[in-house]
Amino acid sequence: MVYLFAIMAFALIAIILAAIYKPLGDYMYNVVTSDKDLFFEKWIYRIVGVDSKKGQTWKAYLRALLGFSLLSVLVLYLLQRVQQWLPFSLGFPNVEGPLAFNTAASFVTNTNWQSYSPDVTLGYTVQFAGLTVQNFVSAAVGIAVAIALVRGIAWRKSETIGNFWVDLTRITLRILMPIAIVMGVILIALGVAQNFAGFVDVNTVAGGTQKIMQGPVASQEVIKELGTNGGGFFNANSSHPYENPNMWTNLIEILLMLCIPVALTRTFGRMVGDIRQGYALLGAMVILFGASFFFVVTAESFSVDPITTLTGGSMEGKETRFGIVWSGLFGTTSTSTSTGAVNSMHDSYTALGGMMYMLNMMLGEVSPGGVGAGLYGILVMAIVAVFIAGLMVGRTPEYIGKKIGPREMKMASLYFLVMPITVVAGVALSFAVPFARQSIFDTSLNNSGSHGFSEVVYAFTSAANNNGSAFAGITADTPWLDTMLGLAVLLGRFLPIALVIALAGSLAKQDKVPETSGTMKTDNGLFVVLLVFVIVLISALTFFPTLALGPLAEGLVA
Amino acid sequence: MTSATVNDVANNANSIVSDVNQSNNKSLGAMLGKSLPDACRKFDPRNMVHNPVMFIVWVGAAFLTLLGIFQIFDGSLANGEPVYFTWIVAVVLWLTVLFANLAEAVAEGRGKAQADALRKTRTTTPAHIVKGYDEKNDPDARGPEKGEGSAYIEEIPSSDLKLGDVVVVAAGELIPGDGDIISGIASVDESAITGESAPVIRESGGDRSSVTGGTRVLSDRIVVRITQKPGESFVDKMIALVEGANRQKTPNEIALDVLLSSLTIIFLVVVLCINPQASSVDASVSLTVLIALLVCLIPTTIGALLSAIGIAGMDRLVQRNVLATSGRAIEAAGDVTTLLLDKTGTITYGNRQASEFHALPGVDHAEMVKAAALSSLADSTPEGQSIVALAKTEGFDLDEVPGAVDVAFTAETRMSGLDLPNGDRIRKGATSAVEAWIDKEGGTMTVEVRDALHEKVNFISGQGGTPLVVAEQYANGEVKVLGVVQLKDVVKKGLKERFADLRKMGIRTVMVTGDNPLTAKAIAKEAGVDDFIAEAKPEDKLAYIKKEQANGQLVAMTGDGTNDAPALAQSDVGVAMNSGTSAAKEAGNMVDLDSDPTKLIDIVQIGKQLLITRGALTTFSIANDVAKYFAIIPAMFMEKFPGLGVLNIMGLHSSLSAVLSAIIFNAIIIVLLIPLALKGVKYRAEASEKILGRNLSIYGLGGIAAPFVGIWIIDLFVRLIPGF
Repeated sequence: MVYLFAIMAFALIAIILAAIYKPLGDYMYNVVTSDKDLFFEKWIYRIVGVDSKKGQTWKAYLRALLGFSLLSVLVLYLLQRVQQWLPFSLGFPNVEGPLAFNTAASFVTNTNWQSYSPDVTLGYTVQFAGLTVQNFVSAAVGIAVAIALVRGIAWRKSETIGNFWVDLTRITLRILMPIAIVMGVILIALGVAQNFAGFVDVNTVAGGTQKIMQGPVASQEVIKELGTNGGGFFNANSSHPYENPNMWTNLIEILLMLCIPVALTRTFGRMVGDIRQGYALLGAMVILFGASFFFVVTAESFSVDPITTLTGGSMEGKETRFGIVWSGLFGTTSTSTSTGAVNSMHDSYTALGGMMYMLNMMLGEVSPGGVGAGLYGILVMAIVAVFIAGLMVGRTPEYIGKKIGPREMKMASLYFLVMPITVVAGVALSFAVPFARQSIFDTSLNNSGSHGFSEVVYAFTSAANNNGSAFAGITADTPWLDTMLGLAVLLGRFLPIALVIALAGSLAKQDKVPETSGTMKTDNGLFVVLLVFVIVLISALTFFPTLALGPLAEGLVA
Repeated sequence: MTSATVNDVANNANSIVSDVNQSNNKSLGAMLGKSLPDACRKFDPRNMVHNPVMFIVWVGAAFLTLLGIFQIFDGSLANGEPVYFTWIVAVVLWLTVLFANLAEAVAEGRGKAQADALRKTRTTTPAHIVKGYDEKNDPDARGPEKGEGSAYIEEIPSSDLKLGDVVVVAAGELIPGDGDIISGIASVDESAITGESAPVIRESGGDRSSVTGGTRVLSDRIVVRITQKPGESFVDKMIALVEGANRQKTPNEIALDVLLSSLTIIFLVVVLCINPQASSVDASVSLTVLIALLVCLIPTTIGALLSAIGIAGMDRLVQRNVLATSGRAIEAAGDVTTLLLDKTGTITYGNRQASEFHALPGVDHAEMVKAAALSSLADSTPEGQSIVALAKTEGFDLDEVPGAVDVAFTAETRMSGLDLPNGDRIRKGATSAVEAWIDKEGGTMTVEVRDALHEKVNFISGQGGTPLVVAEQYANGEVKVLGVVQLKDVVKKGLKERFADLRKMGIRTVMVTGDNPLTAKAIAKEAGVDDFIAEAKPEDKLAYIKKEQANGQLVAMTGDGTNDAPALAQSDVGVAMNSGTSAAKEAGNMVDLDSDPTKLIDIVQIGKQLLITRGALTTFSIANDVAKYFAIIPAMFMEKFPGLGVLNIMGLHSSLSAVLSAIIFNAIIIVLLIPLALKGVKYRAEASEKILGRNLSIYGLGGIAAPFVGIWIIDLFVRLIPGF
């Protein structure tokens, strides 16, 4: 019964996305390939001093991107540090330095890991002018990187890979803003809060009074999901009724998370002149996503504990208005994209259900991944897959006409080194360094044994993948975890981006090898299966020992 | 050009495999045994460090050996495992390194045997150097007997020869160094380098002027200008190549190295991080098990076999008598998308053959055939013989007419023929020549006859044939055109199918010919090539290659002449014929010792086979890891978390036996795969999806399944060791 319900939910999402796929993908294609600047964009370029017609080399593109991100961190940091003097601060004091830095880094990297409790820390101005702005531009940066890589594949003998400022401006103003405005209004209509009412005293049913914060929730909610950011207005995130009041908003929020990463495969297909290439990547994404979702539903519905199974599965940490299926779908979406929003508490899932959420991130968040990040992530994996298996057709490996030589392989290999090493080494150091170990055991962990270990693993996995969700049982606001997770967030974002941009540069310089019947096909079912295998194999091999000590040890009973 | 080597093209593909099989069947055991000393020499860490994957195994083995020694004195280091456990694991790891070295040594060993044979030809021979060579007055370097101002000849050791020296070689002498003949013609025995016993003709000027040091002049006397620097002769280069002395990694090998190193780094980090992580749940793993796990996870199989695969690929070419100047050229051969093939000798047999008799209207067919056949009886050229043979199939088995006088072909008349005792004269030749003859003899042709003749001639040309007009002057002086013999280029058997195979592999074939476009088109159609260049001059070849390359195509071609050199240099795979000039050989990146242009197709297949083998073993190696994890991970933590026993799907006996079985499998699989690495994965000409699908199921799925079975079987024996 639960499966029937799950299939229907999955199908509903799939049908709606299928309807959006073509128009949204084509629209994004037009935006990033168009020659024309809109009039307000021209003003912006004039003010900033950018020649929108001039392409950048990969080095210039990367410099612009890193410079912009650094500036973003500084601005966001300052806004928090001077909060009490800003209007609409709701009386909150200035944020402490380390926390302000952690938050700034986290939002600029599209991670939105929240070491603080937003409802008692940040006023409207910071939320609205600081965090919401970053929710837009950090998402745009991710998409821009993906577009740059696709240009590298599509373009022949080109020294340039596009213009970062143009990409950033267009993606923000023409893609993210319009969707956010329209969908924001719809969310408000469906009951998501949007006001500047501050704290409201409410008489509760039980007879007591409670201070409840309100504010411009919907405007942040919509971009939180659309930009796969995940940082909630409230600590409870999307399980909070002001953020996600009902099934309809839940459905829309899931769709918002998925629509851009999914449709980007269409944009990719259009840009390389073969939409089937996009379908192949999408196919791999759907297989991974579907498998993950049904695994979670199974793990939550059929527990090793017979009583839980009899009572309809494990509802601990889940909202009754969503149930197992819609919680599982939201969780799978959130961890498969780099959103990290939650409508249920992942820490309370069964060991294996929670493991699946970790695994979604450990795969490198490619199913379908964060906005942009998912596309460039899966493209790198496609390159690795082509390299391993492509030789077997008797030619040196090539992907969509581009040879995968030593330089390309160097970038791709370093790319898939970064995240696993950050996670595994981060976790290991947390237990190996004496003072860190003490801090973890004394302060951070409330659970002992394998579950506590899983919480640490989840934290590092989430940070290094810029997801931002948490196995909430852990106390992360300690000097060790603040520092290490902050570091993981920055490494996990900017090292891969730098490698991808360099990869784009070296691909763009190449000429295109014409396709013949001797070319390995990368647009058929065989390649999809191969790609899924390679993605699963590489991450499974890396994380198997870690998972064995954590969720597997906890969840498997002799 | 190469009429001597009319190999049956279709058989070539099969013979690659069978050749290699034969040399392989020289018992793998014997080969391994012979290479053992070389393999042991490779244990030197300075050598090992070039192979990062195997170097890690080397370090692990060394570490465990030390650990084993310490454990003898301090039992507490053994972590509760039997003391000999570390020892056994150390031995297995040393064996793993040995097997990897052995694979490389065996591959190199096969080249060494060939190198030794070549080295024998490199002995120092006396060279007759011409001092003060006077090209204008004394091109033959006859010396003082010719008189004033001439050169004199001095004998020096061949090792002292310098670039540009001029030497004289007489019949019976060895040619002292590589060079070009500047005067004279000679038959040369080149069997020392080609293995072909039939002598070849070498002459000055033209495209057959180059000679190789170490070969022997059989007849006549030649003057040779040395084109090599000391120690850099063709044979020297060959020796270096087959020995793999300065073998450089190809781009694809480097890229693969990057991937393998990255995987090694990841697994190194993963393994280093296991104990700190395990400490959080009060579990820990012994160093021995950790190192065993590391060795299992890093891609040792492909790491061990990678260089052997590359060397074996070179070796397969050498066995086909093709020398590549770099491994890179073989890889490029696998990537080739356009083949430029010379028509004559490659696509067609060197000679034209009669295919049909066309009598003109009003002429008796039998009369025409008889005349044509009679006049050809004494003609020893292949064309002439083919006319006789064709007549025979039509039932005209003629004997020579006694007293008839043979008229041989001359450049002036451009006709040949026969004068019969009764005064009849038969002539055959090109249309214009015969028409001129008729005019000269005072004969006339009516307009109808002339039109009929031209119609036939044009028809034959349009079919790709060469018309040979037959005319007769009767004793009474009357001249009559009898008809036209259609000579045609005969396309080699099996080529059409072969080109179709190439098309399946995504390779376009382009025929290069000096024929006119009409003829070229017809032959191209018959041979089944995709495109042709008619009336081709060497510049046309170069232009075509550049055009193809501008579209991203990779082009392969063969060539022998000096004027082929620019095109050879421009092409991605340029195969120079050994019979060609040294300029051509310098320009190409391969030399075919048999001078058989058809071999280009084999070269492409060998390139593809090399790449497929590399990919197949990489996939196999990485896929193996799944089973090894399922063997070792439960073994590591089962004691602390019995629930993980569910993952012990092979039902391995104990944690120690699981670990040991996994690394034993890891070592044995290297030895088992050595023959495959040397022989190469079987290759059939098919579309890429089919090849990929099959190889993925064999080496991908097989790579996942094989170790599950292998480790399970090994465990059945390992569990018998007391204490395991």
